[in-house]
Formats: sequence, structure tokens, C-alpha cells
Amino acid sequence: MNTLIFRTVAPYLSALMMLFSVFVLLRGHNEPGGGFIGGLIAVSAFAIYGIACGVSAVRRAMKFHPMSIAASGLLLAVVSVLPSLFFSQPAMTSQWLALPFLGTVIDLSTPLFFDIGVYLVVVGAISSIALSLEERAD
Amino acid sequence: MAATKTTVDITAAMVTEAVPLADWLLVAPVLLTMAGGAISIIFRKKSATQPWIAITTIALVILSNIGLLNHVLTNGVVTMVMGSWLPPFGIAFTADPLGALLALTASVATMCVAVFAMNSIAENERRYGFYPFLLMLLCGVTGSFLTGDIFNLYVWFEVLLISSFGMQILGNEKVQIDGAVKYAVLNLIATTLFLAATGLLYGLVGTLNMADIAGKLKAFDNSGPMLGLATLYFLAFAMKAAAFPVNFWLPASYHTPRLVVAAIFAGLLTKVGVYALLRVMLLLMPEGRDWLASLIGIVAIATMLTGSLGALAQTDIRRLMAYLVIAGIGAMMAGIAVGNEVAVSGAIFYSMHSVLIMTALYLLVAFMFQMSGTFSLREIGGLYIRTPLGAGIGLILLLAVAGLPPFSGFWAKLLLVAGALEAGRGWVAAGILVSGLFTTIAVGRLWIFAFWRGGNEHTVDGIQALPIARSSDAADISWSIWLPLIILTALIFVIGILPETMMSITENGAKTLIDPTAYIGSVFGGIR
Repeated sequence: MNTLIFRTVAPYLSALMMLFSVFVLLRGHNEPGGGFIGGLIAVSAFAIYGIACGVSAVRRAMKFHPMSIAASGLLLAVVSVLPSLFFSQPAMTSQWLALPFLGTVIDLSTPLFFDIGVYLVVVGAISSIALSLEERAD
Repeated sequence: MAATKTTVDITAAMVTEAVPLADWLLVAPVLLTMAGGAISIIFRKKSATQPWIAITTIALVILSNIGLLNHVLTNGVVTMVMGSWLPPFGIAFTADPLGALLALTASVATMCVAVFAMNSIAENERRYGFYPFLLMLLCGVTGSFLTGDIFNLYVWFEVLLISSFGMQILGNEKVQIDGAVKYAVLNLIATTLFLAATGLLYGLVGTLNMADIAGKLKAFDNSGPMLGLATLYFLAFAMKAAAFPVNFWLPASYHTPRLVVAAIFAGLLTKVGVYALLRVMLLLMPEGRDWLASLIGIVAIATMLTGSLGALAQTDIRRLMAYLVIAGIGAMMAGIAVGNEVAVSGAIFYSMHSVLIMTALYLLVAFMFQMSGTFSLREIGGLYIRTPLGAGIGLILLLAVAGLPPFSGFWAKLLLVAGALEAGRGWVAAGILVSGLFTTIAVGRLWIFAFWRGGNEHTVDGIQALPIARSSDAADISWSIWLPLIILTALIFVIGILPETMMSITENGAKTLIDPTAYIGSVFGGIR
């Protein structure tokens, strides 16, 4: 897959896919999408970048080790379960916070953070597998 | 997405009254282990701090489980429904005495293994994630014990299975991969059967909540499909629990992983299968259990006998232990086959005992290997001279696994035999006693060969052979090996001397299983 066209396009393509994955993640609460599918899209972005430019370039671009990303996602998901503890509600009861921002209202909620956690777990775990498979192939 | 104020009345669909803080003890073990696992993955390169993260987490889990057991014993069955949705739509976590007791025992066994592993898992192997896997395994196991939703039980099974795959190949040896493949394939088949049965059950009653299933199946007229489902569940969980004839994966795989890993596997994994059998056969499908009782009885006796005879035939200590695990599984299944309150109480007692004793025995094997450098009954010997304390611990543990008084195994078997006689199933009682005799011979042989005789096979009586290569002195054994062994032995001893408390808990657990009113009442409100 070492063609010039692919290598030139790949960084832009993966950047677009990353952006799209975040979009899918954020619309997930009320519409099709969410952390899992968003995470998969992000992993495909990393995979495309890896096929074009090599595994080490992907690892540099990710900054953190994939396993650490997955673990921090798991931690975030656990933390997002806790807020209902302080309102004497059962675990995982959603808490909402409407935040006025530049004339519009942003709804922040614990399910959103749980979903971000799922996103990170998927990104970390699957890209960890994909990268080590690609490394083997080299 | 806009946060318009809804005018819909949510009281019909959601929990609206305040939840006491104590109910959070239900989810605390799962959340703690998940968070601890995540933190130990983040710090996976710092192999010196790894054990301490795990030990702190497990200590918190033990405290929370003690609190939970206390909460359950004082207030009856406790339920928390995730996300405030009312059952059966919200996923329920429900703790009865059975689940809470096993969760506590499992966390104690895991703690002992975590401490033991400080010394026996090499620094570089910690980097492959022994401690994160251990925490996630505990997460899956406690999740299985505490969930009140049958699909959620499947999810926790997956969590613990995936962690166990990771632990099993720690060390990357060829023989480990071989063992792991056998283990993985058989367990995946069992899990698939479990999932298929759950799908069919959902098609039948339209719910996954265990309390709801128990209630709906009772009112179900057409018993044919239910009996088929009970058989399917029985096969799936019997495979997990390693019951005859689907137990061949266990001796084929339990001698390959690191011994601490085998210790936690032998302690926890098969017991999760037994727990699932208790839950499904007694709480959900008592009619199915009545119908299958004779089959379960035959399977139980065959499991006990193959286990104890297998243990007699082995010369490799690790394989011998694997057969002892199987013999124990047979005894627990005998309790399910009999199915009255005394026998089920015995089965719960035995599960608790088996978690502690099997963990302890595998740790003992690791200790014996460190002292003698061999697993072979022919080569080993003379350990009594080198470590009288170790020999004492070994004697207590081996007598306890054979079910001799005054240790915890005795009371479990006593309840099982009493229950079987009460129900007029004398042949089950006979099976338990005969298998106990064989086990006694097998462990007696092990103790005499390993500890009592002066040296290896060729040593003349009364003479101590030359020290075997790779052996170390008792003084070299670190505290992290002694401490878990002594704690487990002490627990087994104390439960054996003072069994009343434990018996009242297991009796309570058996009552809740056999008469599901309290369980259903806890989930659907009303009786608390």
C-alpha cells in the first residue's frame, strides 16, 4: 500500500475521520451513534494512518500508549457512575447540567462522560490490537 | 437535545424514593475493582507499585463485601436497579446471603493470591498485566455473584473469562498456549450455550430479570420448553463448573499457568459455574431441577468419583490438585441434586470452603515447589525436616480438603450427607462418603510422600536423603508466601471449630434460594 497517492491522502483522511468520530460520539445520546461506534471510526482512522505511514508514526500521533488510553477511559466510565451517589439515587442515574455557552445551551450529562469513557476504551483496546498486528506484519 | 422541562410523570417508570447509602455496597466491589484495574493498567510499567495498587483495591473490596454481607443478613435481600429504571427494565443488582457470602470469600482468596504473587510473579511478568487481570477477574467474579439479571450474568462471565485467558498465558510458554486453547474453546462453547439458552428464555418469558423470571416461570403452564431450557442451562454451567463428563478441560489446562494463577482459577472460576447452577436451578427453575434431579445426582457422583480416583492416580502434584477441584465440584452438585434446605445449605457451605481450600492448596503446591524444586511425587520428599510449619499447614489443608474434622470441609459434607439422607437419596450420601474416602487416601499419600518420608522415592526409611537441587531453606521463604498460607489455613481452621455463624448464613442463603419470595419481594419492592 505504499503508493504516493495513498500516503498523501492518508493524513487528511484520518484527520477527517477523527473529527467525524467525535461528531458521532457526541450525537450518540439521542440519535444513532455513541461511544462504541465513534471509537471504532477513530480506530479506523489510526489504522489508515498506520498502513500509510507506519506504526511508529501512529504511536507518535497518539502521544499516549493505547493501553493507557483504554485504562483512562475505563476510569472515566467508572467515575461517571458515581455522581448519583450524592443525590441518594441508584448507581448510573443520569445527572444533567445545562451550561449556557455563547448564547446557546450545552447539555452536559453523566451518560455523555460514560460514553466518552467507552469511546476511549474502544480506541485504546482496538488500536492496541491493530498496531501490534501491523507491527508483526512489518 | 434541548433541555425542555418534561411534563411526563416519571414515577411510573423510575425509582423516585431515596436510596440508602448502604445499598451502594452492592455496586462498590465492581466499581472498585474496575477503577483499580484501570489504575494498575495506567501504571503497568511501575512493577514495584503494581502489587500495592492491587492490594489496596482488594482490601477496600473486602471491607465493602463485609459491609454488604452484614447489610444482607440484617435487612434481608438487597436490590439496586441501575439508572433508577424500575425492574424488570432496569438492570438489577441483587445480593442474597449466597451471593454476598461468595463475593466476600472470593475477595479474601484474591487478596491472598495478590500477596503471594508479590514474590512468585517475576517483575517482567507483572508488565504483562498480572495485577490488572487479577483485579478484572475479581470484578467479573463479584459481578456474577451480585447481579440479579441473567444477561448481565453472561456479561460478567465474559469479563472474568477474558481476564482468565490473559492470566493463563502469562509466561508465554508453548504448553501454556496449548492449555489455554483447550480451556478457551471449551469455555467459549459453554458460554455460547449459556447465551443461546438465555435468548430462548427471553423468547419464552420476555424478561431477563432473575426475580421476574422466577415469578413468571412459576405461573407458566407449558412446562416442556422450560424443562428443555433447564437442561441447556445445566449443560452450560456444568461445563463451566467442570462436572463429569464435560470436565476434561480442567486437568488439561490447570497445570500449565503459573501456580498463583492456577490458585485463583481453582478457587474462583469453577465456583462461579456452581453458583450459576445454584441460582438457575433452584431460584429460577425449581421445576426443572426436580425433573433433572436424578441426572444431576448421577453426574454429581460420577464427578466426585472421577475426581477422587483421578487424584489417586496422579504423580504430578499440580494435576492431583486439579482432580481434587473436580471432586469438590461433584460434592456441590450433589447438594443441588438433593435440593432440600439442608443439602443446599451444605452446597453453599462447600462452595465457600472450596474457594478457600483450593486457593490455599495451589499456594501450598507453589510453596512445596519452592522448597523442593519438583512437582513429581516420586522426586519430592523430606519437607518435614526442612519446614515443620509448612508440613503442619500442609496437613491441615489436605485433611480439610478430604472433609475430615475439625476443619471447614467436614461441616459442608456433614450437611450434604444429612440433607441427602433426609431426602431419601442414600446413594448420593454414599457417593459423597466413598469419594471422601478416596480423597483421604490421595491426600494422605501426597502428605506422606512429600513431607514425611526422608527423601525421594529411593530413600531408605529413617534416612534423610541429600538435599534436592534448587531447594531453598525455610528461612529464605519470604513473608509474602507464609502470610497468605497462614491466613487461609487459620480461616479454614476457625470455620471448622466455630461453624455456627457460617451455618446460619448458609442456611439463610438456602432458604432464600428455595423460597424466592424474599428475593422477588426485594426486587419488586414491598418486602424489605
